[in-house]
Amino acid sequence: MRVSCTLNGRPIEWEIVPNETLLDSLRSHGLTGTKRVCESGECGACAVIVDGLAMDSCLLLTAQIDGADVVTVEGLETAGTLHPVEAAFAENGAIQCGFCIPGMVVTAANFLEQNPHPSEDEVRHVFNGNLCRCTGYKKPIEAVLNAAQTMGEQR
Amino acid sequence: MSVATSVVGRRAPKVDAIKLATGRATFADDVDIRGLLHTKLVKSPYPHARITSVDKSRAEALPGVEAVITWEDVPRIPFTTAGQSWPEPSPYDMYILDNKVRFVGDPVAAVCAETPEIAARAVELIDVGYEVLPAILDYRQSMNPGAPIIHDEPESYGIYDAGRNIAAHIDVEIGDLEAGLREADLVIEHEFQVQYQQHTCLEPHVTIAFLDEDQRLVLRTSTQIPYHCRRMLAFALDIPVRNIHVIKPRVGGGFGNKQEVVTEPIAAVLALKTRRPVKLEYTREEEFTIARMRHPQHLKLRTGVRRDGSITANEVNVLTNTGAYGTHSLTVTGNTGTKPLPLYRSPNMRFYADIVYANLPISGAFRGYGAPQGFFAMEVHMDEVAESLGMDPLEFRKLNHIRQGDTDLMSAAAGEGAGKKARVMHSCGLPECIERGSAAIGWREKRGKPGTGPRRRGVGMCILMQGSGVAGDELAAAALKMNEDASFNLMVGSADIGTGSDTTLSQIAAEVLGVPLDHIIIKSGDTDHISFDYGAYASSTAYITGTSVLKASEDARQQIVAVAGRMMDEDPEGLLVHDGRVSSLNGKSVSLQEVAMECLYGEDKKLIIGTGSHATKESPPPFVAMFAEVEVDVETGQVHPIEIVTAVDVGRALNPDICEGQVEGAVAQGLGYALTEEILVGDDGRVLNPCFMDYKIFAAPDMPKLTTILVEAEEPTGPFGAKSVAEIAINGPAPAISNAIYDAVGIRLHSLPMTAEKVLAALDAKADA
Repeated sequence: MRVSCTLNGRPIEWEIVPNETLLDSLRSHGLTGTKRVCESGECGACAVIVDGLAMDSCLLLTAQIDGADVVTVEGLETAGTLHPVEAAFAENGAIQCGFCIPGMVVTAANFLEQNPHPSEDEVRHVFNGNLCRCTGYKKPIEAVLNAAQTMGEQR
Repeated sequence: MSVATSVVGRRAPKVDAIKLATGRATFADDVDIRGLLHTKLVKSPYPHARITSVDKSRAEALPGVEAVITWEDVPRIPFTTAGQSWPEPSPYDMYILDNKVRFVGDPVAAVCAETPEIAARAVELIDVGYEVLPAILDYRQSMNPGAPIIHDEPESYGIYDAGRNIAAHIDVEIGDLEAGLREADLVIEHEFQVQYQQHTCLEPHVTIAFLDEDQRLVLRTSTQIPYHCRRMLAFALDIPVRNIHVIKPRVGGGFGNKQEVVTEPIAAVLALKTRRPVKLEYTREEEFTIARMRHPQHLKLRTGVRRDGSITANEVNVLTNTGAYGTHSLTVTGNTGTKPLPLYRSPNMRFYADIVYANLPISGAFRGYGAPQGFFAMEVHMDEVAESLGMDPLEFRKLNHIRQGDTDLMSAAAGEGAGKKARVMHSCGLPECIERGSAAIGWREKRGKPGTGPRRRGVGMCILMQGSGVAGDELAAAALKMNEDASFNLMVGSADIGTGSDTTLSQIAAEVLGVPLDHIIIKSGDTDHISFDYGAYASSTAYITGTSVLKASEDARQQIVAVAGRMMDEDPEGLLVHDGRVSSLNGKSVSLQEVAMECLYGEDKKLIIGTGSHATKESPPPFVAMFAEVEVDVETGQVHPIEIVTAVDVGRALNPDICEGQVEGAVAQGLGYALTEEILVGDDGRVLNPCFMDYKIFAAPDMPKLTTILVEAEEPTGPFGAKSVAEIAINGPAPAISNAIYDAVGIRLHSLPMTAEKVLAALDAKADA
C-alpha cells in the first residue's frame, strides 16, 4: 500500500507493507537518527513529532500517518542552524552515548513549543517517557531550561 | 600545584556532541549495506539439557533462508567471551554453539535470511530434540554433593573445580586474621545479599559482519574492546588475526555488557559461511535474558575492632553466582574484596570467595566490576561497627580510612592484579571529599533527626575507592600526524562508548601541541589504525590511553620544535609551543602552519608522526565520599531519595562536564541497584521481567537532587594529574541509602534492592522485637 505525508517539511510518498511501523519506515529510508531500543513504547528513543505532538514511532503504523505532518530529529535543524535544544544539549555536557538523545531532543523541542517557560519540575516530568542510562538526567534537564531561555531571547 | 593549562580542565563541549544531538552520528546499525542478511536465534526453553538432535531441513527449505548453523557447523574450540588481556583469566568454557544448553535462552542454532521476518519463521521450523537434565536454579546449592555438573564437557579448561561447579576460587590472607580477631575487643559479623542487575544499554548488542574486497572478515560492532575482540575471534574461529578487521562505530552505552564478544562470533560464522553481510542484533528481551548481568552474591563480613575504634582484623567471604558460564568470574569477584578491604587500615585481612555455576543467566562485567557488591556490604557493615562502638560513622571512617603514602597489599595479592606490585597511594583526596561532602548534605544538622509522622527523614554516608585501569595489565598506544593547517589526525585504540574519551584525549593532544581543540581529528577503536588498546574498561582510558596520547603528543612536539629551531636558527631546547606558534625567548616565532608546510614541502621533507604507548604497574584509585538523604514512608515502606552528594577525588578533572556526567550517570544506575532493579528468575529458570515496564530503571521524575563536588588531589603518575572517574560512584547509593534508612527509621537492610516490601517487613520485625 502507499502512504503520503509531509516529512520534515517535504511531501513524500512511500510504498509500505500494512504492518510496517513508522520507526521501521523511517530507518529504512535513511532517517537513522530515530533509534530502535525497546519497540514497545517504554523508552522514547524513537520519538517523532506527528501533527504537533511527540509520539513513539515504534507504536505507530506507517499507514496511520497518511496525510500527517511528521518531523524527525533530522528536521529540527533549519538552514544549517542547530535547533536551540540541540545546541543546548551539546553545550551543556548533556550527551554521553547519545543513543537516547535524539528522542529527548525531539520531545523537548516539541514541549517547548507548547510551554516556552517551563519549570524544572515540568521538564523533569516531560522526560518521564525518555529513558537514559548514561546521564542521570541532570544535565539534559538543565539543557532544556537553557534552551527555553535562548528561545525566549530570540522571540 | 597543577600545571597551568588552556584546553585541559575546560568544560569543552564534546567533540562529537553536535552529531549526536542532531542524530547524524552513525551507530553500528545506522548504515545501509547492500544484501544484508538478518539473523534470529533458536534458544533453549530448558535451563539444562543435552541436544540430542536438530532437524533444520524445513528451515533450510524456506525461500529466503541463506544459512542455518548449529554446534555441528562451528569450530569446537573452548573460549571465553570475557574481553580481557591474554591469556584471559576467565575459564575457557564456552563454544560458539554447543551440544548442551545451560540456561533458558542459551542459543542452540542461528538462522540468517533475507528479512528478519523470514528468519523468525525459519526459527519456528527447526526441530530440536532435548534430553532434559536436572538443573541448579539456586546458586547456594551449586557446590552440594550430588548436584548436577553444569560443565561436564572434557574440552573446557581453566575451570577451578568443574566437578563441584566452582568456576573460580580466591583465598588470600594478609597478616593473620585469626590472631587479629583475638586481639579485638569486639568482633562483628553481618551477611548481605545482592541481586542480578542488567545494564540496559539503550543500544542493544549488534554486529554486522561481512567480507571486504580482500576477503578479510570485517566486524562493525558495538563493543568496548575492539582489539581484544579481534584477538578472541581469531582464536575462536581459528583464523589469523590479520584476516580480521574490527570497527567500533559510535556505541550506545556499554557499562561492561560490551566488554564481551556476544553477537560477534555467530555473525562472523554466518558471514564466512554465506559470503554475504550478516547482522545479528539482540532484541530488548534478549538483552534482558541472554546478554550479561551483574553477579548476584551472598557476602559475609567479619571485623575485629578495639574500643578505641582501630581495626585489628577484617574479612570478606563471598559466594558468587556466575550463571551458566564463567565469563569475568574470577576477576569481578576479585574486586569485591580487593576494592573495599584496602579502604580500611587493618594489619590482618582475609578474602575468600567461591564463584559458582548455576543454570541461570550469565553474569559478567558491569560498571564497578564487583565493587558495588563489596561496598554495599562493607559500608553498611562499617556503619554498624561504628554504632557498636558508639562512634559517629563519619568519625569512625576518618579514623580508619587509607591515606596518602599507604600501601594496598590486598589488590596485589588477589584478583587481576595478583602477583603484581603492591599499590602505593601517591594521592588521596578522601579527607577533603569527606569534609566538603558532609558540609554539602548538612551532616551534623540533619543526622539523627527523623521527625515525626508517616514520612521520616534520614542521612547516611559511605566512602569508596576504585582503580585507574588494571594494574600491570594494560597497554594503550596512540599515533598522531601533522597536516598542512597544523591540524593533527589522532588515532587511538580506545573505545569511546559515551564516556567522552574522544574529547578528553583530544584535549590532552591539543594542550601539548598548542592548538585549539578543533585542530585534533580523532579516530578511535579501529583495529586497522596505527593504535592499540585493551579497551574501555576498568576506568582505564583517561589514565592509560591518556598517557599514551600525552607521550605521542610530546613526541610530535619534539619533532616540531626541532624543525622550528632550524627555521628560526634557535636552539630547540627552550622553545615554547602555544597558541598555534612556536616561539623563542629571543622574541622570534613561527606559526605551526609554517612548520607544517616546511616539513611537507620545504628543504628537509619529513612527515611529523608522534607515537606513544603506555603500560604501567600503577592503578591509582579515585576516592569518593557519598552522602544520601532519604525520606521513608513508614506506612507504605516506600523509600524516596531526596539528595545524593558525591564528593569525588578525580586527581585532575580533564573536563569537568564529562567528570560530572560520569558521576551523575553512575549515581543513577546505583540508585536503581539500590532501590528498584532486579532480574527475577522463575522456578522454570525463565527471566520473568524482560522489559522496561517490569524492570524499573530510574526515570527523570524519580531522580533525587544530585550534587557533585570534584576534588582534585593531583595524581603524580597521571596525565596532567588525572586519575579515573567512570565507575567509582556506582558503588555508593546502595550503602549510603541503606545507612540513611537506618538514620530515618532504625532498620538495617542487608539485601538489595531495598523495596517497599523489605522495608515494611523490617519495620514489622522491629515493632515485634
